[in-house]
Amino acid sequence: VGPGRAGPGRAGPGRAGADTVSAPAQGGGSAVIDMENMDDTSGSSFEDMGEMHQRMKEEEEEEAEGEAGAGEEEDGEFLGMKGLRGQLGRQVADQMWQVGKRQASRAFSLYANIDILRPYFDVEPVQVRARLLESMIPVKMINFPQKIAGELYGPLMLVFTLVAILLHGMKTSDTIIREGTLMGTAIGTCFGYWLGVSSFMYFLAYLCNAQITMVQMLSLLGYGLFGHCITLLVTYNIHFHSLFYIFWLVVGGLSTLRMVAVLVSRTVGHTQRLILCGTLAALHMLFLLYLHFAYHKVVEGILDTLEGPNMPPFQRVARDIPVVSNAVLNTTAKTIALTL
Amino acid sequence: FPGLADVSISQDIPVEGEITVPVGSQSPDDDYSTLDEPVKDTIMRDLKAVGKKFVHVMYPRKSSALLRDWDLWGPLVLCVSLALMLQGGSADSKDDGGPQFAEVFVIIWFGAVVITLNSKLLGGTISFFQSLCVLGYCVMPLTVAMLVCRLVLLAGAGTVSFIVRLIVVGAMFAWSTLASTAFLADSQPPNRKALVVYPIFLFYFVISWMILTFTPQ
Repeated sequence: VGPGRAGPGRAGPGRAGADTVSAPAQGGGSAVIDMENMDDTSGSSFEDMGEMHQRMKEEEEEEAEGEAGAGEEEDGEFLGMKGLRGQLGRQVADQMWQVGKRQASRAFSLYANIDILRPYFDVEPVQVRARLLESMIPVKMINFPQKIAGELYGPLMLVFTLVAILLHGMKTSDTIIREGTLMGTAIGTCFGYWLGVSSFMYFLAYLCNAQITMVQMLSLLGYGLFGHCITLLVTYNIHFHSLFYIFWLVVGGLSTLRMVAVLVSRTVGHTQRLILCGTLAALHMLFLLYLHFAYHKVVEGILDTLEGPNMPPFQRVARDIPVVSNAVLNTTAKTIALTL
Repeated sequence: FPGLADVSISQDIPVEGEITVPVGSQSPDDDYSTLDEPVKDTIMRDLKAVGKKFVHVMYPRKSSALLRDWDLWGPLVLCVSLALMLQGGSADSKDDGGPQFAEVFVIIWFGAVVITLNSKLLGGTISFFQSLCVLGYCVMPLTVAMLVCRLVLLAGAGTVSFIVRLIVVGAMFAWSTLASTAFLADSQPPNRKALVVYPIFLFYFVISWMILTFTPQ
């Protein structure tokens, strides 16, 4: 027996141990060494034993050359005591390879998921600018289905811009959020509107047989937020109620008209057109109203001069958000439930 | 199995031998086996790397050192210090501390992840962690601005201090955006640089706005 080899010495205990070790191998996924493999072929045939004996003699001779790849000579056959170590090593290596492969394929599928979104971000800056300006211009031709670019970069950036503007408005109006954070509320509101109303409108469009896909709906609604951004940017800093109403009607109205015209051009039937466009217009305009009134600053004195001397002077108070937003959310939920 | 009789050895013969691991000479392995060096060497090496990156951010040149050996130590330190300094600035003193810290932390990391994903989707050649590294390190001017703001606020909270803070924060915001643009915009196709710069601008704008509107209680 060559030096440094404890394998043959473990013949008895090794085999006895293999009997008692219960290692159920469930496919290739278990981390337990599969001892049953060795059990099956232990002491199987005379030829195997003879061959093993022969190999061990050869191994003694080439022991001086080093131990390079002692475990690699065997290929899948049980060689008893000497092969125990090699079999173990190979099984461990096997399992590590499988685990690694699984992890790599999972990581690759995650990366591939990003690639699914890649075509929607394939835009040029001039295209984005053109689409931003177009979102304020209502189309005249509604008998021919208008083209909607299925792009997600512009809408995503507009949503984030809206979040930033909302944050600014909340801070300047000293809004206090009791159970939550300013940032969380802003992100939740804007993304909730964009994704939620898009999904709802897509569902309605499906009911009304409108020719529009989900990505197009997301894109349309997202670009409609451009008007919201402009309005809020101006009116969070200049606090005139009448100015806000003018902006609400003009800017909000223009972007609503554009979205409505595009939807109308893609729907047939008067009732369906009415349902779709009414809902979209209502939700769009009401959202702007909500954003302004939930988070704006009331400046005392200005309202007096604008709305006549009969109004009592407003106090400047920090708005307690849950009260206001709960009321609005409840009414919105009720109206949505009613329409559905 | 008579052939096995002389294979097994009796129990009282000890199994002995020697295991020799071929160890090469020390000098060529110095660069690769850093497991044996003293801890001080490891820490100093990492600190030097972080310090070099800070210098790169302060004087943004088009060098690839920041990109090649990315690390996230600097961004973590900056993010934690910024979040700690922004704590306690909420209007309601009952619920300060917790949400503020988590808010800043989440904004910085979530914002950086979104910008990285955006630049990758637009066809960028930079890797995920390299981009995170650059964006994190470029928060440094804003951290400096936060320090300055806190010192200015110690002196008073009037209009003059607001103007001073506005100027300082504005300058640092521009510096941050320019620094990160210098590193990140190169990895984009040339006609799409504006598409990548805008979210970075928005990201640093939100952080600057948080710094500017900070009022200690």
